[in-house]
Formats: sequence, structure tokens, C-alpha cells
Amino acid sequence: MTQKIKDRIALPPVNAQKTNMTCHFCIVGCGYHTYKWPVDKEGGREASQNALGIDFTQSVGPQQLSMTPAMTNTIKDKDGQAYNIMIVPDKQCVVNSGLFSTRGGAMGSLMYNDTGASKERLKYPHFFTGDDWMDLDWKQSLAIYAGVTKRILDNDGADQIMFNAFDHGGSGGGFENTWGTGKYMFSALKTKMVRIHNRPAYNSECHATRDMGIGELNNSYEDSEVADTIMFIGMNCYETQTNYFLNHALLNLQGATMEKRKKWFPKETIEDSRFIFVDPRRTTTQAICEQTAKDRVLHLQIEPGTDTALFNGLLSYVVAQGWHNKKFIAQHTSGFDAALKANKMSLADCSKITGVSEADLKKAAEWAYKPKASGHAPRTAHMYEKGIIWGNDNYKIQSALVDLVLATQNVGRRGTGVCRLGGHQEGYARPPYPGPRPAPYIDREIINGNGQMLTVWGCNSVLTTVNDQRYQATIIKRSNIVREALIQAGGGLNTEKIVDIIYDAVTKKGGLFITSIDLYPTKFGKLGHLMLPATLPGEMNLTSMNGERRLRLSEKFMDAPGIAKPDCLIAADIANTLKALYSSEGNTDMAKRFSGFDWNTEEDAFNDGFRKPEGIDSQGGATGTLVTYERLRAMGNNGVQLPVKEFRDGQLIGTEMNYMDFKFGTKDGKAHFLPAPWTGLPEPVEKQRRKYKFWINNGRTNHIWQTAFHDKYYAFRTERYPMAPIEMNPDDARALGIESGDIVELYNDYGSTYAMAYLEPNMKSGHTFMMFGYFKGTVGEVVTDWTDQNVVPYYKGTWADIRKASAMAGYKESVSFKSRQIV
Amino acid sequence: MSKISRRNFLKSSGAAAAIPLMGAAGNVLAKEKDPLPNTGMNLDYPQTTITNSSQLPVNKAVSFNYPDNKSPCVLLRMGHPVSGGVGPDSDIVAYSILCNHMGCPLKYDSTSRTFKCGCHFSIFDSEKTGKMVTGQATENLPRILLSYDKVSGDIRAIGVDGLIFGRQANVL
Repeated sequence: MTQKIKDRIALPPVNAQKTNMTCHFCIVGCGYHTYKWPVDKEGGREASQNALGIDFTQSVGPQQLSMTPAMTNTIKDKDGQAYNIMIVPDKQCVVNSGLFSTRGGAMGSLMYNDTGASKERLKYPHFFTGDDWMDLDWKQSLAIYAGVTKRILDNDGADQIMFNAFDHGGSGGGFENTWGTGKYMFSALKTKMVRIHNRPAYNSECHATRDMGIGELNNSYEDSEVADTIMFIGMNCYETQTNYFLNHALLNLQGATMEKRKKWFPKETIEDSRFIFVDPRRTTTQAICEQTAKDRVLHLQIEPGTDTALFNGLLSYVVAQGWHNKKFIAQHTSGFDAALKANKMSLADCSKITGVSEADLKKAAEWAYKPKASGHAPRTAHMYEKGIIWGNDNYKIQSALVDLVLATQNVGRRGTGVCRLGGHQEGYARPPYPGPRPAPYIDREIINGNGQMLTVWGCNSVLTTVNDQRYQATIIKRSNIVREALIQAGGGLNTEKIVDIIYDAVTKKGGLFITSIDLYPTKFGKLGHLMLPATLPGEMNLTSMNGERRLRLSEKFMDAPGIAKPDCLIAADIANTLKALYSSEGNTDMAKRFSGFDWNTEEDAFNDGFRKPEGIDSQGGATGTLVTYERLRAMGNNGVQLPVKEFRDGQLIGTEMNYMDFKFGTKDGKAHFLPAPWTGLPEPVEKQRRKYKFWINNGRTNHIWQTAFHDKYYAFRTERYPMAPIEMNPDDARALGIESGDIVELYNDYGSTYAMAYLEPNMKSGHTFMMFGYFKGTVGEVVTDWTDQNVVPYYKGTWADIRKASAMAGYKESVSFKSRQIV
Repeated sequence: MSKISRRNFLKSSGAAAAIPLMGAAGNVLAKEKDPLPNTGMNLDYPQTTITNSSQLPVNKAVSFNYPDNKSPCVLLRMGHPVSGGVGPDSDIVAYSILCNHMGCPLKYDSTSRTFKCGCHFSIFDSEKTGKMVTGQATENLPRILLSYDKVSGDIRAIGVDGLIFGRQANVL
């Protein structure tokens, strides 16, 4: 496939409409501006003739321009008028300072255009009649959806109504949409049978750190500019939090923030900063850092799943050296002695378990925790992501890490912090989850034949779950029972009859009625029966929060495709339809349960959730009341860092770093140490390790966002990865007769999946790395169903054998298999 | 603008270790009189003789400017046929060497046969039509379209596939 030659782009005229946009994609949330102007108008090349104010009569110099063809598009509003749009990075945004990633830089191209990459967007609700997908209007599709819901709720109870639902900001999430969906599921429907988009239950990815009193997003990106040392654990921020890395952390390693560090901490010894990478894999991020300052980069290349042992060994060593902060521990924490005892591990044992030499363990401890020449404790930030979150016992690893951080007081001081780096943006505001902790393992319930109705909301969880082959097989089987029933019923069915047939299939025949509410006809949607079309930021107003708790408003600037609606308003429509059904039969109690959704706009949903925080779980906290759309609009792409402290002189004043007063998020205000003894790999995982040859590490790559919901239609991405790549050590691959571009099969006790072999010289023998969540080649099919105590999965913990399944000359010809590492 | 440190920027801007072009064409952009082939492009590109294919060493970046003196490019003979390659062995390709992400000069790594950016670390494959291996550009590396005169052996630049960094249109 060739892309259209694009050697010229239209410039926005000076009077083009200009609005704010936070990048839809990763948690960093780079600031952008959207320009929109009638397609028959065009700005001139002189600086005074275009809205960018840039002189294009001559070539613009390096790093003076952030504008590429992918940032442009031509869209059409409902009035039939065509407009050019351009979505360009905001140089004044403190997050990205004009930088863009390959993902965010393509936002313009991905906005809906009926001939462009996004032409597959859902425009109308679709209903599967048994043999074909039919367009329906909202009224008819809601009558079916609400009709089935009511029948099940009345006869079988809310536990039979299950959801796989997003819980995030960005990417079509956001405070409005988490509130709308949450209020419907938890307050109106009152079901606890919900799982989150990327895991099989309704839980936090950060229970441990929260239980210890420390929210997982507790510093600012600026803290990575002023840290003495950053310990990066199980993360790869060049590819997945790109402009956090390029615009903040890397500057520190390069020495570009040295003056700031000296200014902020005038009494302390300030030396060139150091980065420690904890990861079994050498990542592209590490390669870049080694190219920048090899002698100040340390790789603790631990054996898979041994993070807890590493942190316990470091904690024991640091305390033996007396490098812990006794005063802080005594005044502001509890449980230190018990945790120290439980976590005790000698350096020799630590080295043996982790595979890291004692010399490197000592070096890491000295870099991160040994007092500086000035006598001050080093300012060490601990930044982690899926290596821990999807690691060997999420709760335990996080406990062990935060124990080490607390002992050395690397929280609540500028230049420190113990933070996840994050995937998508955040935007959580929901009524309290009505279920227990641990929450029900929803995928297992579905596999076991439970649940009569499943709504897959803003996610595609057949690509993002564990034990996925079994799960997908179940979905197909149970969905087909409903499809077969619809076919057998013949024609001439009114809505009531359709509801009857579906209800009969799900209650008497083992069927599962599946609805997908999404931007696209996803794989999960296509396996189901009803698809409802949702919207993106830009087609609606949407607020979200980035990895330093920075809240921004992305403004609506164009119409949604067809009759697609914001998720919050879809939730309201569903609730209002149910309310009307109950009202019509005089059931006022139930009608009341489904009331409170009289919203006309997404701002109404924002005002109903984020701005009324009492009694709900909101990342806006109690001061969310101070935030309005109008105030946020005025704060532009820099927004405000939550929690908001006050509104003063027309400005929302936020919080750069949490816990600077050492009042932690526990009842007694103290941070709590938690015991986290090393206990090895879980039994089902250990069994795979013993039985199969290759460790199947998995995660994201730079090019692809989430489940590739846009990317699968975007040639620039699919030409790069026509299917999920698996990086392999070249010697390992050749021993199996595998070359780059071959199709390989991975298989173990849980199932099998396929991938495109990609030989990577830096890959350790016996290790692999497969791209996660892709539409062709799904690694979850070989991941065990083991979870930690809170039903958080261990995606990174599986082993499999690999065989060559097929040669693929086409891939070899068209795909680049060069190393993705800079050195 | 981006706060890439000066130290790192200088490190990256060693640019392609390219051999300066020998011969008359050099950096002179003589617009030739042959009719413009149908390239599907929007703009009126100059046609410029870069060099003669017989003078091209394998895997050495040869620098030239196109379509004007503000646009540094390199010509490469890969030594084996590649997609989009011209010349007697279909192995000659050319690219803009301003990174199309943010305009930093790309360095040609003859070992991996890739172009690498020292500012934001994008990597482009010279043997696969400039495809981005990894990095932050939103398109593959702009490719200089070439024609080959079988009689004289001349390699000419005739257009550009992709937008050269720093421009609204490739032809100023």
C-alpha cells in the first residue's frame, strides 16, 4: 500500500478558529491547538498571512516548527460545509513545549473524514439480525438495549448484567464519560459485575501504594528535571510517555537542567544526574540514555518477576548502611520494623535471585540512597509502569518498592516521588464501586457461563485480557447462541418480540447478549449483537488529567460522524429510556433509580459529577467544585494540577507535588509500611517457566496506541506492523529456523497465538518481547489466568514455546526489521 | 521551543558523514528542459542531475541539495536492489536528511544503513523507502524521487515524496 504523496499543506488563515486540545492518547497529554477554517480559504506564506505566525517564504530552522502533513485533514460538519483542520503542538504548553510524538502528531489525520483513515467510524447504531448488521436510530436501538436490560434486572437481578468498561481519561474517556457510565452502572443499575478495559475485574492497578497512603501520581514532570537520580522500573518512557522523557527527564541526564537544580537546592551538592533502569529487557529508552551518558546509566537486568527481591535486598542494605531517614520514619510512618523484618534479604541472596551482581546492587544503592557530599539525602524519583503493574504480584512488588521509598523519604520532596508513569490519561469520577475487594473475576464468570448481558464500553477486551483464547472461544460460543435464536425466530419481529427472543436465549440456552459502545466496529463489537456509536475529544468537550494530575479541557471543534454521541449522553439516554419504561408501568421506585440523568450536554455531566464530589470517588477531590468549563478554558493547555487549592484572580491554583506536608492518605495521616516478603513465582507461572523455553515479555511499541483502534486503519502504522511483532534473540531464532518477517506460533498450556518475528540483537537469549493488545496476534492467549490478591493480572509472566508457522515474503519485502535501538 | 540541550544538539548535528559531491552538477540546481514525468505531485519541481551512476560507491552517503540549496539530501547506492531504487541495479535512492519530525540533521549509519536523529532519536530505514523504524516523526522520511538515464548513466532528482521539514510546500 502506498500513501498519497503529500508535498504541500494548506495553512490556517489568520482568522481560523483556534481551540485547545489535549492529546487524546498517552498519559502525558501534550497540549495542542486546533485550527479550523473553510476549505476554500487558505493562509498565506508570510508570517502575517497565517495563523501560525510563521514565515514560510523561506525554510524554517531546526526545532522552530512543529507541523507535519499528518496534523492536517479536511472534515465536513453537519451543515455540509467542508473545513481544513490542523492540530499542532502548543509551544507554550509546559508539558511538551511544542514537541509531539508520532501518535499525538497524527491526531489531525485521525479525526473523522468519510474518505480518510477514520472512515470506518461507527456513524449509526448497528444491530445484528442474526445474519447481517442493520443501521438503527437511537430510539430503536435503545428500546432493544433497555428492553433486555429491564427484563434481566426485573427477573434475574443486576448481577446478570455485566460490563467491560473504560475507567480513564483521554482516548474518548474523561471525567464526563467516566461519570456518566459510572452513575448508570453503580447508582442506577447497581451492578458490581464490572471489569475495567485492561484487566478482568474492577480494581486499582495501585492498591498497595494507596493502602500505604501514597497516591500513585504524586509529583510533577518537573521533578524529573531536578532529581539527583531517577530509578526507572519496568517502564519504557521514550516509547510510551514520549514527551515526559524528551521534554523533562532526558534534559536532566543531558545536564540541561543543572542551573535549575542548583537554584532550587542551593545548599546541596549537585552532580550530574544518574539513571537506573530496572528491567529484564534493554529498552529503547535505556539505549538513548546510554548514548547520552553511558557512565551515568546503570542497568539492573533482573530475572523476570524478581522485582520484589531486588527492592527487599536494597532496603536491607540501605538500612544496614544507615542511609534511611530515621526521623521521618519515626514521625510520619508506621510499620517500619515489621516490614524490614519481613522483607529482610542479604545482598548475596538478592544477587542470586535477581541475577544482578552484588557490585551493581551496591552501586544502585549508592547512586540512589547514599547521602551526598553535602550530607543531604539524594533526591531520587522512582518511576514505574507495567513492569510492576503487570508484574509478579502487583500488590507485593508495589509494597516492596514503596517500603524502600518511604525508608529513604523519597516522597514529598521536590525531585523525588514514587509514581506510575501511566498508560492513558486519567479522568475518574464515579459513585463508589458497589462490590467487594477483591472484586469478582468477571472474565472467569463469563467463561463459567454466568452473566446474561455484557456491555463492552469503550474497550476491546478480547485483545486485552488473560487466558484470552478460552475467553474469546466462550464469547463466540455464547454470542452465537443469541444469533442463532434470532435467525430461528424468522422475520416480522417487533421490538418486544426481539427482546423476548434475546431474553430466552440468555436465560434458557446459555447465550450472552453483547453490546459494544465504541468509536469503531471493534473485534468485540463484531462478535456481539448491538453497536452504539460514541465520540472523541474534539467532537465533544472533554476533561482529562495527565500523569502529573494536570486537568485540561479539550474543546469541541467539529461534529461527530453520523449520529454518534458522547458516552456520558449515551449513558443518560439508556437511563432515561429505562426510567420511562418503569414510569409507564407505574413503578416509581425503579423510575427514581434511573433518574438524575437529565443532561443535555457533556458539561451537564461534568457539573453533575466532578463538581459534586461529596460521596463519590473523584480524582478532582473535594475542591472539584471550584472547577468550571469556563475557568478551565481560560487556563488553556497548561490547565491546573489537581487537587485545586483555590480560585484566585481569575486563575485556578493547583498542586505541584503531593505530601509535602507529610500528611499521607490514610486515616491517621501516616504512611504505612507493608510487609512484602519474596516468595518466588506463582505456581501456574512457574509451571510454564519450567515447561517452555521462552519468556514472553510483552508491552507497547512507539507506533501503536492501545488496541490500535485508530491505527488498524492507518497505513503508516499497519505498514510498520502488519501484525504484532515479537522481538527475539537472533541466535535463538535461527536455531528454530526463524528469520525476521516469518510468522511464528507461540504456545503453552493456556493456548496459542501468532506473531511476526523481529530479530533484535539486544534481546537476551531466552527472552522475547511481543507487542501487547494488537488486532492481529494477541499475546493474552498465552498468558495465565493467575492474578494477585486484588485480581490484578500478571501479563508479563508467561513462558511459551515458539515455532515457525509460515514464511512471509510480503513482510520481508515491505517491513523494516532494523533494530529499534539507537545504539 | 524544545529544550534539547546545546550539548546534545551539537552531538547530533555532525550530520551525515557524507562525501561532498564531485563533478559539475554539485549543488548547482540546473533546471533541465526535459518534460516533467508524471509523479502525481502537486508542485513544479526542478529536474536536477545529481551525479552519474558509475561514480557512486556502495553504501556511502553522497550529499546534494534538492529542490533548492536550503534542503540537504543524500544519495545512496545500496549495492542490491531496493524498493524505489533506480539505476542499472535498481539500488540508488535519495532522501532529505532534515528529520521530518523537528528538522534536526540526520546522521547516516552505514553499519545499520539507517538514518538516525540525535535530537529525538527517530530512525529511518534507507533500504525500505525511508520507513520510520522507530521515533516521533509522523511520516516516513521524505524521499527524493530519481530518474536514471540509461544512455548517459545520469541520476536526476525529479521530485520529492513527502514534505521536507520546515516548509509549507517543498518548492519555496
